[in-house]
Amino acid sequence: MTTRTTAGRLGRWADALLRAFTDRSVVVTVLAVVLAMALGTVLMVLTDADAMASLAYVFGRPGDFFAAAGQTIGSAYAAMFTGAVVDPTAPDAAGFFRPLTETLAWATPLAIAGLGLSISFRAGLFNVGAQGQIIMAAVASSMVGFMLHLPPGIHLVLTLLAGVAAGAIWGGIVGLLKAKTGAHEVILTIMFNQIAYLVLAYLLTLPAFQRPGTNAPMSPALDASASLGPLFGAGTRTTAGIVVAIGMTVLVWWTFQRSTIGFQLAAVGSNPFAARTAGMRPAVVWTMGMALSGAVIGLAGSIHLAGDEHFLKLGIAGSIGSDAIMVALLGRSHPVGVLVGALFFGALRAGGVNMQAYTGLSIDIVLVIQALIVLFLCAPALITKIFGLRRSERRAITPLQKVELSR
Amino acid sequence: MTDGIDIVRDHARSALRASVSAAGRAKAWIAVSVLVVLVALLVALTTSQRPQAVTVFTLAGGTEAWQLPPMQVPTLAAGWVMTVLFAASAAWTCVRVLRHRPVGRLPLAAVIASGVVAFLVAAGAGQTIPVVGLLSGTLLLSVPLVFGGLSGLLAEKSGVINIAIEGQLLAGAFSAAVATSLTGNVFVGLAAAAAAGVLTGVILASFSIDYLVNQIVVGVVINVLISGVTTFVYNQVLVPDGAVWNTPERLPDLSIPVLSDIPVIGPVLFDQSLIVYAMYLAVAVIAVALTRTSWGLRVRAVGEHPLAADTMGINVTRVRWRNVLLSGLLAGFGGAFFTIGSVGAFTQDMTAGQGYIALAALIFGRWKPLGVLSAALLFAFANSIQQTLSTLGLTAVPQQLLLTIPYVVTVIAVCGFAGKVTPPAAVGDSYGKGI
Repeated sequence: MTTRTTAGRLGRWADALLRAFTDRSVVVTVLAVVLAMALGTVLMVLTDADAMASLAYVFGRPGDFFAAAGQTIGSAYAAMFTGAVVDPTAPDAAGFFRPLTETLAWATPLAIAGLGLSISFRAGLFNVGAQGQIIMAAVASSMVGFMLHLPPGIHLVLTLLAGVAAGAIWGGIVGLLKAKTGAHEVILTIMFNQIAYLVLAYLLTLPAFQRPGTNAPMSPALDASASLGPLFGAGTRTTAGIVVAIGMTVLVWWTFQRSTIGFQLAAVGSNPFAARTAGMRPAVVWTMGMALSGAVIGLAGSIHLAGDEHFLKLGIAGSIGSDAIMVALLGRSHPVGVLVGALFFGALRAGGVNMQAYTGLSIDIVLVIQALIVLFLCAPALITKIFGLRRSERRAITPLQKVELSR
Repeated sequence: MTDGIDIVRDHARSALRASVSAAGRAKAWIAVSVLVVLVALLVALTTSQRPQAVTVFTLAGGTEAWQLPPMQVPTLAAGWVMTVLFAASAAWTCVRVLRHRPVGRLPLAAVIASGVVAFLVAAGAGQTIPVVGLLSGTLLLSVPLVFGGLSGLLAEKSGVINIAIEGQLLAGAFSAAVATSLTGNVFVGLAAAAAAGVLTGVILASFSIDYLVNQIVVGVVINVLISGVTTFVYNQVLVPDGAVWNTPERLPDLSIPVLSDIPVIGPVLFDQSLIVYAMYLAVAVIAVALTRTSWGLRVRAVGEHPLAADTMGINVTRVRWRNVLLSGLLAGFGGAFFTIGSVGAFTQDMTAGQGYIALAALIFGRWKPLGVLSAALLFAFANSIQQTLSTLGLTAVPQQLLLTIPYVVTVIAVCGFAGKVTPPAAVGDSYGKGI
């Protein structure tokens, strides 16, 4: 042991350090983001007319190509940063921090819907139905919001509760059908998404939902008493919804870690047969899990309607449904992870809007980057392979080895 | 088509037979009450028409040699006859099934046909209904559904769920439009569409088979990815410079001599573009190959019980990879229909959920090639009726509600309200250690 040199020891230390880092999902996450952004950047350059024009003579004058490509990439990411984080060129503090409020505004429905999805994921149910649950919640909320005229306070609460109830019903039906008939929830939720959209399209043709004075399929605006106002002053879009999102994060965390239903969800999710043997009823837990999941996703839809859109339209749910699935996957269904994932996706979206406005690059590049991030994160082995990282040495101990070790 | 009737009969028979068992009594009540509601709706629709109203059916397509004259029927009389016929044949089928007697194809065809005709007669009062347009519209609308459904079939038969059909159709539509615009050759466009589908198949296969990622997760993410990529490139390149990138030629209609001159059938089936004939071929080849070749046997073995297949020396990973690539090829090829097969230019997210209807057709068709075809035709027919009625300005039934038919019947089918729907046993399960 005394013959070991300092250099050798340092090498082992470096190795151990590297191994400790490669073992952490943090590194994989960062690398996945880097790789996704790199691929997104390649797509930006490939579709850039100036860069492509100079690519034709790249061997003659490589400088032109790199200048054109660099210009596109640089301005795009600069615009993304100033759209999502802070704007250094703003004259006052409000303008300086305005991008952050945009990020929070985009993140709000994503976070709540992502938390809702994590509830169903925990019960082993792959709920693809966030889109439909958001639509039905928005329909119910808008009915309370513009058809009834109630005192402030109560009106807002009832508007949100209507959405929660509608989401719970739309999700709960799927849970009930799965529990009673064994139908696959993925197929059911896909079909329920499409049905919800067509129901929305149908409702918007009815006189009761039609805004007076226009033929466009849009409803009257919600009463002011049913709307969420800006939290940080006029001109910003962040509402009290973000506070609800943080509160929901804590509530979902508590449910998962401390409550009976949380335990039942996890037990049924990991092994329904064992859970049944232990005296739980998987059918009840599935139904309840889907209803709870739908309720929280419905809350996201209502808050999106009351805080952002303020009236019902065909595109009310936007891409929140699929974005929320990606957020829930990104956060690995852990409440805090989901919140962080939603903030990240919110920042990408807010940055994308700014990028589109200032550089003319289509915001859809954000979708590409988001999808790639999730895809890479699902396959950590691919990331470690691409970056040539050493595989984690720590292996799971099989039961057989456990026996060997205990001897 | 006979297989289609078989499937409808299976659904109907098992739905009603379920009533004899105590557990299935609720389902039987639902089946019977659905029929009662349908009859009541038809009666209401018929009685609401004026007594002198006439419904005209045109039977000529325009190009065929022998053309039939238009048919004029008095709405009320014909509507009542057809409604009574529908009620009677449906009741007779119910009774036969409840008594465990066999039901032939003819009575079931009568139930469906009389119901549809009764509806068309009543809904088209005082109007002209173009029968050939309605049917050829059905066939055209079914093309992406059939290709998408067959794509899902090939993947799922080998045990891999393909939720990415929607994205693959979109990738095919996009690539076909761009490649055809650039080269001016529709065959290059078709090849590009198939290649784009295969490429998405590579993503699905490598992540779900090699890296053991949940197949549904990969599918959902691929859909977002392709929607993002195509929309981005569309906005960046196709919109600013549409003359170069997005003005594809369209596939010409090839009319088959003699056959295309048959009244009604000719213009509907035999005066179509290459992609429709390719669809006939794909259905036939897959139907035979899955059940009659050793390739098909291997695929089914891998989808039902991969461990057993592996034990018998079948390379599970290779079979799944090949099928997922084939699946992508079919869906990509079918996606070409949206652009060079119909309207020409690409627009963003133009597949508009057709991939999910294809998935529905796969399930409602009970994972059988001819079943997929008939389910796709059924769904496309509902869509075609909706389009025909809305062009005629008829709003007897809200078009959005007609469009929910594929989704509603699929929910009914997967819930077992209409017989047992069983996917391949190992679908969705990863196999082996991965990379």
